[in-house]
Amino acid sequence: MTGRRPFWLFTALAFGYAFLYLPIVTLIVYSFNDSRLVTVWGGFSTRWYGELLRNEQILAALWLSVRIAAMNATFAVVLGTLAALTLVRFARFRTRMLFAGMVAAPLVMPEVILGLSALLMFVTLEQMVGWPAGRGMTTITIAHITFTTAFVAVVVQSRLSQLDGSLEEAAMDLGARPWKVFLVIILPIISPALVAGWLLGFTLSMDDLVIASFVSGPGATTLPMVIYSSVRMGVSPQVNALATIIVVVVSTGVVIAGWLLHRQSRHSQS
Amino acid sequence: MPQPRRDPASLESWQDPDARPFLEIRGATKVFDGATYAVDDVSLKIFRGEFFSLLGASGCGKSTLLRMLAGLERCTQGHILIEDEDITDLPPFERPVNMMFQSYALFPHMTVEQNVAFGLRQEHLSRQEIRTRVEEMLELVRMTGFSRRKPDQLSGGQRQRVALARSLAKQPKLLLLDEPLGALDRKLRESTQFELVNIQERVGTTFIMVTHDQEEAMTMSTRLAVMDAGRILQVGTPSEVYEYPGNRFVAEFIGAANLFDGRVASTDGDRVTIQTEGAPSDIVMHHAQPLAIGTPVTVALRPEKIRLLDEPPQEDVNWIRGTVREIGYLGDVSIYHVGTEGGLTVQVQVTNRGRQTLGPLTWDDVVCLGWDTDSGVVLPA
Repeated sequence: MTGRRPFWLFTALAFGYAFLYLPIVTLIVYSFNDSRLVTVWGGFSTRWYGELLRNEQILAALWLSVRIAAMNATFAVVLGTLAALTLVRFARFRTRMLFAGMVAAPLVMPEVILGLSALLMFVTLEQMVGWPAGRGMTTITIAHITFTTAFVAVVVQSRLSQLDGSLEEAAMDLGARPWKVFLVIILPIISPALVAGWLLGFTLSMDDLVIASFVSGPGATTLPMVIYSSVRMGVSPQVNALATIIVVVVSTGVVIAGWLLHRQSRHSQS
Repeated sequence: MPQPRRDPASLESWQDPDARPFLEIRGATKVFDGATYAVDDVSLKIFRGEFFSLLGASGCGKSTLLRMLAGLERCTQGHILIEDEDITDLPPFERPVNMMFQSYALFPHMTVEQNVAFGLRQEHLSRQEIRTRVEEMLELVRMTGFSRRKPDQLSGGQRQRVALARSLAKQPKLLLLDEPLGALDRKLRESTQFELVNIQERVGTTFIMVTHDQEEAMTMSTRLAVMDAGRILQVGTPSEVYEYPGNRFVAEFIGAANLFDGRVASTDGDRVTIQTEGAPSDIVMHHAQPLAIGTPVTVALRPEKIRLLDEPPQEDVNWIRGTVREIGYLGDVSIYHVGTEGGLTVQVQVTNRGRQTLGPLTWDDVVCLGWDTDSGVVLPA
């Protein structure tokens, strides 16, 4: 019996991985398909990658998405870190539970609701104060910041709560003012978590279709929106090529973020 | 255990009524959540060059008091003065005080050298000056070869040295040590005790140490304060506190003590006779303060001050008869638990002079125990 167990375990493992990754592998394989029909194999080719690079619409959308993602990630890291600091360092304030719940709420809130409520807010604001005028890149960025901040806060918070509180006290005791303690002691120690949070925020924003569709306006079409609309017209193998590139970039980012966090937790344990 | 040698001339300023205290704590109180008195109206005078210990069980408020001195906790009430200057409301980064933390709190992203230099950098000293001071400090704690290492590449003992060097680098007027030896293993702890005292003598800084280990406090301190429930119960030199505990708690907390409850039967000059419930004979003790007849008192007797007698003494006082119930063989000494006829258990400590595994007695032996009039102390019940 015991001799068979590894066999069954490996089978289960193989099925698990297949379930998760077979679709992606298929997509990558078909991105090198020479045929115009997505589901018919016509030999190996990289022609769709070439055509992709000549597609102005997709390139413009990619550039917009990257700018939104970068700006979103940067703001989310600042706000998320502040929220995490508040939650970890000021352990006792009266509305702490409420604050913690509200920071984490976007993690579980349906994206449709987030998108709709953001849209309603932008429209109301425009009517009341005239800003933001119309919808576009700014509104998408703001909407993304509101939900990625929650993810950054969770990542940074778990890092901060592992930190020995007497480190800050020791730095203050040695003559550093609170602001300097934060810059010289806290920030360097949690920096891997900040980088991981930034990468996470960037990826989330790059991937988002639902919220962006709600708060976008004319002329501001992000990459996921382009892909989605082009697929509705009938799938072009260019989309496969584009998706392959995105998968490679995103998984590289995730691996780097994971590696940074792992290395740091090993550091703090030893 | 041998005591580290101290220069007697520079010490004992606490006995000089005109001496100016270096640190004065006046009625310091810390209340948490409006109800818990962590530190309750503590007043203390500590003199220059002292190695002072705050001794108590965990939760007695000793660490909170230390953190109040460092400025990491605000005083709810009371004042803290260093050389007559009120520092009660100064933030930690403006106090001439440094602290060595129990966890050492070394900055994990900095090398040993950068850790030690951190405090000096805040003073904006020149590069050259910082380097010389860091080298001096690392030499002081014998860590010269380790300046480029990160804290996670050091052993526990080495981290402890770096933490000490870092806290001394700014040449504080007062160094606070929170359980400095708590994380070391026993053998290392004993050698480090002496080293710490030697370093303190060399730099001449006033040290205040928090510890729960009474042996550590006795070995290292010039004076110590025993704390319980936020209050100071007794302050004195290690021998004063050991030989003349002021109350039951101190007698039992520092070393072991046999306690006999009784009432004052008669007094004669500085001798007081006490009738006890469990002992067959009266107890006669030296006691300087006059006591009224009938006052309930407790007599505390250290286990090593009780002798084994061959027969009851001629004068029918200061002895007890009992049966050996338990034997604890510790190598150098043996501890006997003797059950008396009155139902008490008396601890006796006997030095094992001959080479025998059980000492002079075995289980169920009937023994007579005796002591002298100056072996114990009379405490208020």
